[in-house]
Amino acid sequence: MLPGVGRVLSCRTEAPDVVTHRIAWDGWEGCAPGQFNMLGLPGLGEVPISVSGGTRTPGEVLHTIRAVGPVSRGLAALKPGAALTMRGPYGRGWPVEAADGAQVTIVAGGLGLAPLRPVIRHFAETARARRVRLVIGARSPADLGFLQDYDDWRGAGIDLALTVDHAPPGWPGRVGVVTDLISAGPGRTVAYVCGPEIMMRVSAMRLQALGVDAGDIFLSLERNMKCGAGLCGHCQLGPVLLCRDGPVLDWARARPLMMVEDL
Amino acid sequence: MMIRDLGEVIGQHRLFAGLDPAFLDLVAGCSANRVFRPGTVLAREGASFDHLYLLRAGHVGLDVVAPGRGRLRIQTVGPDDVLGLSWLVPPYVWRYDATALEEVRAVEIDATCLRAKCEADPAVGYAVLKRFMQPIVERLQGTRLQLLDVYGTPR
Ligand SMILES: Cc1cc2nc3c(=O)[nH]c(=O)nc-3n(C[C@H](O)[C@H](O)[C@H](O)COP(=O)(O)OP(=O)(O)OC[C@H]3O[C@@H](n4cnc5c(N)ncnc54)[C@H](O)[C@@H]3O)c2cc1C
Repeated sequence: MLPGVGRVLSCRTEAPDVVTHRIAWDGWEGCAPGQFNMLGLPGLGEVPISVSGGTRTPGEVLHTIRAVGPVSRGLAALKPGAALTMRGPYGRGWPVEAADGAQVTIVAGGLGLAPLRPVIRHFAETARARRVRLVIGARSPADLGFLQDYDDWRGAGIDLALTVDHAPPGWPGRVGVVTDLISAGPGRTVAYVCGPEIMMRVSAMRLQALGVDAGDIFLSLERNMKCGAGLCGHCQLGPVLLCRDGPVLDWARARPLMMVEDL
Repeated sequence: MMIRDLGEVIGQHRLFAGLDPAFLDLVAGCSANRVFRPGTVLAREGASFDHLYLLRAGHVGLDVVAPGRGRLRIQTVGPDDVLGLSWLVPPYVWRYDATALEEVRAVEIDATCLRAKCEADPAVGYAVLKRFMQPIVERLQGTRLQLLDVYGTPR
C-alpha cells in the first residue's frame, strides 16, 4: 500500500478541463484494461484514476484527469517534471476474453473514453476478423477527447460513430444522444460501456432491448474510494466492494445496485 | 413507383415494419418516394406541416435559431428515423428547420392525406398513433438526457 513516486513527462489537453498526463513511474509493470491507480499529492489526498494508456509499457503510464475537486484539480494542473504519488494497479478490469467469438460494441460517454482506450486498442487488433463498433458521445465537439486516436481506430477496421449533445454551426457530425447510435448483432454481442452513470444505465437498457444478454454488458462504476484495495469499505455498493470486485461489473450484477436511490 | 411497391418500401422502415400489406398500401396512397440533394431544405420553422418523411438513407440536420445564439443544431436524424413527429398535432407547423446533410432518400408522406385516413377509420388512426409513439417516446427520453447535461462537470 506504500505509494511510489511518479513524474509527469508530458501533458495533453483533451477538453477544457481534461488533461492526459504521461507519467514515468519505476514501479509500473503494466495492467489489465480497465484497472486504475491511486494518484496522490502530499497534503491534498489520493484519488482513483483509471489507466488510459500504457497498460503494456512498464515504467510509463497514461492517466486522463478531469478537474472536479481539490485533488483532481491539483493533479490536472501538474506540469512536466512535477512529482506525484502512485500506487496500483487495482480492481478488476474489462473482461476482454468474454467477447471471444462474439461481436463487440463499445459505448463511451464523455471522459468514459479514457478507461476504454486500452480495451479499444485490444479489440483494434481483431477488428478485421469481426465487427467492432465504437460509439462515442460527448457534450459538444470541443469536449471530444483523444481526437488523434480516431483515425488509427478507423484504420484498424473499427466502425466508429460519434455524436454530441449540442453543436455550434458548421459541425458536420451527428447531434443527439449516444443511445441513438447503439447497435448490436447479428449474433452474440458483448458490450463495454463507460461514462456518467445515467448514460451507462440507458445504454445498458438499450443494449438489452437489442437482444444483448445482461451478463454480456459490462460497465465501470465509480464510487468514492480511499484504500483502493478492499480494506476500508469506502466504496461499498450493496454487497460489492467496488475497488476489489469492480470497478467493472456486468449489468446483471450492476442493475439492481444502480436502481437503488442514493446507493 | 406502384403503390404496392411503395407499400413494401414503407414496410421495410422501422416505423411500419410488420404491418399488413393492406395497411401499408393505405399509407402508400398518401406517399411518394423522394431523393433530396445535400443542402435541400425539407422544412422551415413556422411553415405549415404538409409532409413528413420516413428516412431511408442519409442524414438530416434539425436546427433552431435562438436569439443572440445564432443557429443551433438540436439533433440529426438518419436512416430508419422519422422526420416530423408532430404532424398529427394542430396547428400543424414545423418547430425547426430541417436540412439534408447528404443525399437523402425518404418516403414523403402527405400529412393532410394521412390525417384524413386516420380520421375516417379510427382503427387505422390508432395503429398509426401506436407506431408513432415509439419514436416520440425515444425522442422525449433523448431530450431529457440532453437536458440533464450528463457529461458536464458537476458544480
Ligand atoms: C475506479 C475509478 C476510476 C476513476 N477514473 C477516473 C479517471 O480516469 N479520470 C478522472 O478524472 N476521474 C476518475 N475517477 C473519478 C475521480 O476519482 C474523482 O473525480 C476524484 O476522486 C474527485 O476527487 P477530488 O478531491 O478532486 O474532488 P471531490 O472533492 O471528491 O469532489 C468534488 C466534486 O466533484 C464531484 N465528483 C467526485 N467524483 C466525481 C466523479 N467521479 N465524476 C464526476 N464528479 C465527481 C463531487 O460530487 C464533488 O461535487 C475515477 C473514480 C473511480 C472510482
